[in-house]
Amino acid sequence: MQLTVWTYEGPPHVGAMRIATAMKGLHYVLHAPQGDTYADLLFTMIERRDARPPVTYTTFQARDLGSDTAEIFKNACAEAYERFLPEAMIVGASCTAELIQDDPGGLAKALALPIPVIPLELPSYQKKENWGASETFYRLVRDLCRTDIDPASRNPKSCNILGPTALGFRHRDDVIEIKKLLTSLGITVNVVAPLDARPSDLVRLGEAAFNVVLYPETGESAARWLTKACHQPMTTVIPIGVGATRDFIAQVAEFAGVDASAVLNDRSSRLPWYSASVDSTYLTGKRVFIFGDATHALAAARLAKQELGFDVVGLGTFSREFARPVREAAAALGLEALITDDYLDVEAAIHEAQPELILGTQMERHIAKRMGLPCAVISAPVHVQDFPARYSPQMGFEGANVIFDTWVHPLMMGLEEHLLAMFRDDKEFHDGAAPSHLGHAPRASDTHTEEPRSVEPAIATPIVIEKAPVVTGWAADAEKELNKIPFFVRGKARRNTERFAAEHGVHVITIETLYDAKAHFSR
Amino acid sequence: MNLPFRAPNSGPGRGCTDQTTLKQRGQHEVFCGLTGIVWLHRKIENAFFLIVGSRTCAHLMQSAAGVMIFAEPRFGTAIIDERDLAGLADIDDELDGVVNKLLQRRPDIELLFLVGSCPSEVIKIDLKRAAQRLSKIHTPKVRVLNYSGSGIETTFTQGEDACLAALAADAPVDHTATTDTLLVVGALADVVEDQFRRMFATMGLKNVAFLPAKRAADMPTIGPRTRYILAQPFLGDTARVLEDRGAKRIIAPFPLGAEGTTAWLKAAADAFGVDDAEFTAATEAGHRRALIALAAHRDAMQGKRIFFFPDSQLEIPLARFVHEELGMRLVEVGTPYLHRAHLSEELARLPSGTFLSEGQDVDRQLDRCRAEDPDLVVCGLGLANPLEAEGFTTKWSIELVFTPIQGYDQAGDLARLFSRPLDRRTRLGGLLCN
Repeated sequence: MQLTVWTYEGPPHVGAMRIATAMKGLHYVLHAPQGDTYADLLFTMIERRDARPPVTYTTFQARDLGSDTAEIFKNACAEAYERFLPEAMIVGASCTAELIQDDPGGLAKALALPIPVIPLELPSYQKKENWGASETFYRLVRDLCRTDIDPASRNPKSCNILGPTALGFRHRDDVIEIKKLLTSLGITVNVVAPLDARPSDLVRLGEAAFNVVLYPETGESAARWLTKACHQPMTTVIPIGVGATRDFIAQVAEFAGVDASAVLNDRSSRLPWYSASVDSTYLTGKRVFIFGDATHALAAARLAKQELGFDVVGLGTFSREFARPVREAAAALGLEALITDDYLDVEAAIHEAQPELILGTQMERHIAKRMGLPCAVISAPVHVQDFPARYSPQMGFEGANVIFDTWVHPLMMGLEEHLLAMFRDDKEFHDGAAPSHLGHAPRASDTHTEEPRSVEPAIATPIVIEKAPVVTGWAADAEKELNKIPFFVRGKARRNTERFAAEHGVHVITIETLYDAKAHFSR
Repeated sequence: MNLPFRAPNSGPGRGCTDQTTLKQRGQHEVFCGLTGIVWLHRKIENAFFLIVGSRTCAHLMQSAAGVMIFAEPRFGTAIIDERDLAGLADIDDELDGVVNKLLQRRPDIELLFLVGSCPSEVIKIDLKRAAQRLSKIHTPKVRVLNYSGSGIETTFTQGEDACLAALAADAPVDHTATTDTLLVVGALADVVEDQFRRMFATMGLKNVAFLPAKRAADMPTIGPRTRYILAQPFLGDTARVLEDRGAKRIIAPFPLGAEGTTAWLKAAADAFGVDDAEFTAATEAGHRRALIALAAHRDAMQGKRIFFFPDSQLEIPLARFVHEELGMRLVEVGTPYLHRAHLSEELARLPSGTFLSEGQDVDRQLDRCRAEDPDLVVCGLGLANPLEAEGFTTKWSIELVFTPIQGYDQAGDLARLFSRPLDRRTRLGGLLCN
């Protein structure tokens, strides 16, 4: 049993729903009690979909248990087929139905429907949403895809795009952007799946020469199987950021045997110049904490370091299936990766790291709000705001432009930051003022006394940040001097000073200690 | 699939009192009882709701809350995992561990609810025994109660019913009471509760209590001198517990709109012998304000046809309100469950022959809705946008549960919840279609 306040991922059958809802002509019959239909609103409200997810729930009740839940499933399945006439069906159980062991796969098979019916085994008490999506997509591909296509007959300049789902973080726009990029390279897209694909499209996946995997969390299992069954190589670079997009172009160009030099020399991405222009100097060494799904967290770490010149002070993911590459990336940055799905652990790690910017999910946005820190969202779990009306991909050159704006926008601009340090009592540039371009949003805390770390977390966890044992305290004038440091770096200054004092056996921190520490750490 | 859209036979008697309902048993597009925690955890200040359930339960709470609010939660989920199911872990030990961790983190908790879910019910975790055991350990600092919000037993607002029933069963008995107490039962917005308190005080009622109280330590006593009045229509189990403890129900409709509020207040006033002059003095101004507020919406709503999908059990009183006070025509009134005794006063005021349905088979109900082509559809969040995309005007029903709608000074707000979607469609004109 694990105490959970907020979760990063839903149960695996919600992952299956993300596949079913992304596709057309597929229907999902889910053995589930009343209440599990809440999942529909993820799609109709958060993603603002204009149709109900293609899911039939059996809605069994306590009084049905032990008598005829199997019959209820069979009827629901038969009626769903008659009403929706899908090309294929997936059947399975939610967490409660898993416990009553009705075997939806066997029951559906007994109906002998004239369409492929694919049973899903999604263990709810072990696995989570992304795994469920990945497994569902893999089962569909494995059951439906023809494997008898002669590789020699294929157009070498053709590929499939695998991984985009319903409720994905910017999947809709990423697909448009990447299709555009592939077209500019002279590569045709055979099938995009699961987003907007039909079961009949999955049948012909083998007609492409290779696979582009945009989201390994959902697409990699299927792509690996296709590599074996259909001899299709798969891409391994996720085109988020300018550098990664260039690497991606090189990889697909090699698979397709096309000349990519024109596309690689494309100057349409503004990120490199914007980042190099002197206005961005103030971004140098900004401390950034990154947490998200593995794909987006890894991409963000590379982009943050290499293309914006940030210091990555924390890197983590809730995707345990992809912990290894995240650990490797963190190690390369001199960090220990945070692999957890416990929101409270993430909050504690952010307090510990004292970043100046958080790149995270909607949940880190709430942590950031409480800490008074700027934050940009880089990954699912999603919120209605992650489905903007405007075109805003994360991938490709345009995606890099979008990311530059999204990450830089919440920050205090360079000159403003200086003014704030110079004129601390100014009415507009005072300590607690929000970046002036962000309107009147006040910081959560009272300005002159607040430290980010003392802001109460969601659940009143005493976040015990280890105090250096020898320090007895701050002299009053030193404390006052500390408060002259802008709030967004004050926490770091306090920590550094206390560490410096501890290491040097200083018992009472004076103004001198503060500046000694500043000199010591100014590397 | 075409069904005959004939209203079920209406019987003799007043309004819909003896009206038969269409009972349907199929896919229910409704929340389970856990969702009640979304408002209950804000209502009872120092209570915490610990769901013993699955990742699905946690995800539901987050999604239901995430769409609407994202405040500091006073609820959480103890997620059952494989080890618990395989018997590798002792459930009691596991639960004790989670509760200890929680109480350490949240020293402000005085009342802890262990909330049962579908999986905890199916694997038969005895939360009643667990609550008693934990109560003993943590008394007097923390009281631990239990109830079930599982979807196999409860629909949406029935979760509040189960919670209040647990509170009522646990409430102290006051044997020394010599005068009657008026107990208002059902969670109301604080602003509404305060308005009712003021009106009852003006009528001269001294002993007025609310269940649930705002603070865990202030839960009212219950006994033979308790006269209770339901402020919400979904409290069947709570009423039964109250009756078992000797409390007597004041028969009343529900306090929605000008007329509903007056009838509700009048029932309470009559039970306590408040004379007409005192009653009028206490309610006249509020009633007048409600009528003024409602008049602003009536022109737009008069004669419009409305279709209710089942959601909160508030559908019958809401249908009464939109029909009687806004002049709307009722196409179908669906409710998850119809408690005839508690709704007798509302049913009597519905037009005879109204199509009432109970339970749900959502695809068939959607067929009926499309065939009837109503002007306004009241439905859940899973159906609203898809129906809007089909050209229907919808009101998401959950807002009717999360908004203060009871009482005179909220009558206009309640009408506005129904009129705003129509207003919006008019303003946008052909934007979507063209």
